[in-house]
Order: sequence, then C-alpha cells, then structure tokens
Amino acid sequence: MTAGTLGRFSVKRSKPWPETWVAAAFLAPAALVIFLVVVVPLVRAAWMSLFAIELTNPGVEPFVGLGNYITQLTSGAFWDSISKSLFFTIVTTALELSLGVGLAMLMDQPMRLRWVLRSLVILPWALPTIVNALMWRWIDQGSYGSLNALLTQLGFIHDYVPWLSQDTTAMWMVIIADVWKMTPFCAILILAGLQGIDRELFEAARVDGAGSSDVFRRIILPLLTPIILIVLVLRTMEAFKVFDIIWIMTGGGPASSTQTVAIYAYRTAYQSYDFGQGAALGYIIAIAIMLLAAIYLWMLRRTGSTES
Amino acid sequence: MASSAGARSPKRRRKPITVGRVLRTVFVYAGMVVALLVILGPFAWLLISSVADKADLLARPLSWIPAHISFQRFVDLTIGGSPGDTQAQEFRSALMNSLVIASMTTLVGMTVGTVAAYAFSRFHFPGRGWMILAFMATTMLPPIALLLPLYQIMNTLGLSDTPLALIIIYSSFVTPYVVWLMRGYLDTIPRDLDDAARVDGCSRLGALWRVILPVSRPGLLSTALLAFLLAWDEFLYALVITQTNASRTLPVALNDFIGRYGTDFGRLATGGVIAAIPPLIIAFVFQRYIVAGLTAGSVKG
Repeated sequence: MTAGTLGRFSVKRSKPWPETWVAAAFLAPAALVIFLVVVVPLVRAAWMSLFAIELTNPGVEPFVGLGNYITQLTSGAFWDSISKSLFFTIVTTALELSLGVGLAMLMDQPMRLRWVLRSLVILPWALPTIVNALMWRWIDQGSYGSLNALLTQLGFIHDYVPWLSQDTTAMWMVIIADVWKMTPFCAILILAGLQGIDRELFEAARVDGAGSSDVFRRIILPLLTPIILIVLVLRTMEAFKVFDIIWIMTGGGPASSTQTVAIYAYRTAYQSYDFGQGAALGYIIAIAIMLLAAIYLWMLRRTGSTES
Repeated sequence: MASSAGARSPKRRRKPITVGRVLRTVFVYAGMVVALLVILGPFAWLLISSVADKADLLARPLSWIPAHISFQRFVDLTIGGSPGDTQAQEFRSALMNSLVIASMTTLVGMTVGTVAAYAFSRFHFPGRGWMILAFMATTMLPPIALLLPLYQIMNTLGLSDTPLALIIIYSSFVTPYVVWLMRGYLDTIPRDLDDAARVDGCSRLGALWRVILPVSRPGLLSTALLAFLLAWDEFLYALVITQTNASRTLPVALNDFIGRYGTDFGRLATGGVIAAIPPLIIAFVFQRYIVAGLTAGSVKG
C-alpha cells in the first residue's frame, strides 16, 4: 500500500498525547489484571515458600530460608513424582506428535467423505477435560467398563482387569485418555502446516522418481519441522504441568503410580496442609518450566521458525 | 511397485490404475475408518451410557446396543427431578455458574486484552518487545504455583466461594491469549484505516471501537470462542476456590459426583454429555473460526 508512509506521517503529525502515554493507558487494564492475579501471588508464594507453614500446626510459622526447597530436592517422593511427570510428558508428546502427523497426512489425502473426518476430528479436543476424564474412567472401569467388555468379547483377556486401580496399568490408561484428546489438536495444526506446502514440490519429486516414503522423509518432514517443533513445545509444557485429567481419573493413585509433580504439590498443600512446602514445590515446577521454555526458545531461534 | 511409480509418464491428469494406486486407496480409506472409529467410539459409548438402562450398563456380557432408551436422566438433571434430588440441584447451579463465569471471563478478557493488543499492534513505545514476552510468559506458569497465594488472598478479601473470584482469576489467564491472538489479527488490518478514522476526528479509542473492531469480527469471534472454552474447561482453581453451590462450576460438580455417586454411571454420563454440549456446539458450528484461532495462535509463536 502506498498510503503506508503517508499513514505513519499522519500519526506523527497529530500528537495530542505522546504515543508512549497512550500505549500505557491502553495497556493499563491488562497489566493491572496480570499484576494483581499473577505477579502479587507469585511474590507472595516466594515469601510463603521460605516459612514452615503447616495448617496442622497453626500459629507457629518459623522462617526456614531455603529449607523447604532443600527438603523437597532431597526427598524421594519429589523425585519419584518428577520421574512420573517426565514419563507422562515424553510418552504423551511422542504419541500425540507421531499420531498427529499420521492423522494430518490422512486428512490431507484426496478422497471422498474427507470432510467427515476433517469436521469430526475436533470432537475429542472440544470435549471438556472433566468429561474426557470421566468418560475414560467409565470405559476403564474394573467391573463394568466397556474396555473390559470389548477385550473379553474379542477374546484378548479372560477376566476383567481393574485398569485404573493397578499400578502397572493406571499410568497407561491416563496416557491413552490424554492422547485421545490431544492428538486431534496436533493434527489440526500439522494439517495447517501441510496445506502451506507447495504441491508442485511433490509432483516434481515424483517425476524425478521419488517414492512415497522418499517424498515423506525428504520433503514433507523437513518442511513440517517448524510446526512440529511448535506443537512439541506447546504439548511438553502442558504435559509437564498436567493436573486435571490425572486427578479426576486416578487422584494420583493407586499409591503414587500416577502422582505427577503437580499432583504431588497439590497433595502436599491440600492434603498434608503443608503450605510452605506446597509453595516451594510450586516454585520448583515454575522454574523447571521456565528453564524448558528458555531452552525451546533458543532451539526455535536456531531453526529460525520464530519471527519476533 | 517402485518401478511403476518410476515408469509413470510425466503426463498427468488421468493417472493409470495400477496395483500401487489401488492399494494406496484401500489404505487411505481403511485409515479413515479406523480414525473415525477411534474418534467416535468412546464418545458414542458415553452417549449410549447416558440413555441406557442401568441394568444394561451393568450387564455381563455387556450388550452394546441398549434394549430400551430413555432421556429421563437428561430431564431429571436439567428441568425436572424430584424436590429431594440434591444432586440435580447441585448440577443445575453448577451449570449456571459455569455459564456465568465463562461468559463474564470472556467479556473481561476480551475487553482488557483487545485494547492491550491494539496498543501492541499500533504503537511504538519503549519496552514493547519484552512486555509482549512478559504477557506470554504468564501463560507458561503452572497454576499450581499461584494456587496457594490466590486461595489465601481470596479468603482474605472474603471472595472465596464466589463466582467473582473465579472470574478474576480466569481473566488473568485468558487475557494473555487474547492479547496474543488479537495482536496477530490486528497486525493484518491496514493502518490506513486507523489514520482515516483519526483524520475524520475519531479519538484513538474511537478509531478502535468504530472502525477497527467492526472489521475484526472474525478474529474477535475466534478469540472469544477460545477464551470461553478455556474458562469452561478450568478445573484446578475451581477445585480449591469453590466449596458450595454458590460458585461450584461443572468440572468440580462432576468430579464430586464421581466421588459420591460413583456407581450411578448413567447419571454421570448424562452430566458429562450436558457439560460437553456448549463446547461441542461452539466447536462444530464455528469450526472454521476455532481452527483459524488455533493455527494463528501457534504458528505465530
């Protein structure tokens, strides 16, 4: 647009208020909300984490410095929850990404009734987490669940299995529920990336004698790398914080077999009523996630898929 | 089969029917059927469970198609139900709370966030870059880190167990998303429009309200719908802040049902289906906008 330069000129000319002040006024409401609901609590949490605040022991709140952090970082339960979180994060992200690429490729194929799949694929993602969790809880139920019914009727198992209340299977059931819900989200984003690829490239490669798998590995995957990286970032950070789906399906149990670090922090704060330790745990998780974000930002910068 | 692909003539349009192409077609349709079964199966079972007889649900071997269908549970939970049915009353107030809280959050987040997005999109000022980054960084914070202080602050302010507390908290996590999505959208709208409005005597806020927002309807709709879904879905804060019917939202109410009426699977499924109706309507009716919002939100990241 040729008027672009003219536009900038006219903004500069009419200057009843310096632009910085106008910007400050426009940003003030949002900044205030963030300040009051994020910054203030964050500072308060930092303060709380330096004291031994136990609701079972009211009135006594001695200053312990970094004691709460040291207690947690040297506790077996904490590291056990970290390993549960890492397991959940790595497995769900790997499955959601690979199935997401497959589903996106499928939705990209020219075929009749493709629109049916493309419009229904959003269903799992749109289902609220609570509904997804209670749905899978019911499916995985030990005495009447439909998973047991299906597997016995197909002859895969003989006796009903209490999927969610045995420690060997509970985590996998939670992972299945999460993968079912979030794979479509990944597929929708990856499909958008696929549609941005110039089709001429495929045809040119075909003409040059490339087979389907060559086209996929040498052309499609490299071109999809930026969007796959972004989805990877979004999913790992979400998965590491996971609370709701696990809390609703298993409550972190049986024993501590699905107790991820967020569940562990919640139990410490609201079941053991140890607010000092709970606040310290919250901080440890926040710092871990910020570190992860910094690493990802650095990686994305290096691959050049961000613009800002 | 590799040779057939290699031998294919560069002349396109009607490709000859080869074994490879037939196999490929079969593979694609088989993939579609499997994908549809996996996507629809679990949800179909939830729907069936909500209308099937209790006896059918508890039968072994399970009969997948219920002999008799009844929508009585839907009636009980929404408009009917006996006076002594406290569960239905809890459910109804939770439904109302969720609607009010998610709508108000969307309203507050959209207002506050769009104005901020406009500033980020149109004005140059010192610290602009790191301020956008700071807004986005707040979305990465795990809620569990803010939970304890927010819980105490809301208690001190006398706001615990009120819808207002949740509206305030939810606005804080919806706002950064609105800023992000709306800034991206506003960036695509030519600045000439602002300037024309300014020349015609609009204030800056007037230019935003009268000229920019009306042409930003698709972006506003995508963003508002995503904000609503985000607020509708929230569980952890609601679990801690709400205690009674005064503020309990659907996710917490349904979670309570699991604990207290865990064996009434039909009723639980019905509650789940009702809780899923608003998001599903949004997702299917406004699918284009939702997908546009999702992709814009991440691709720009």
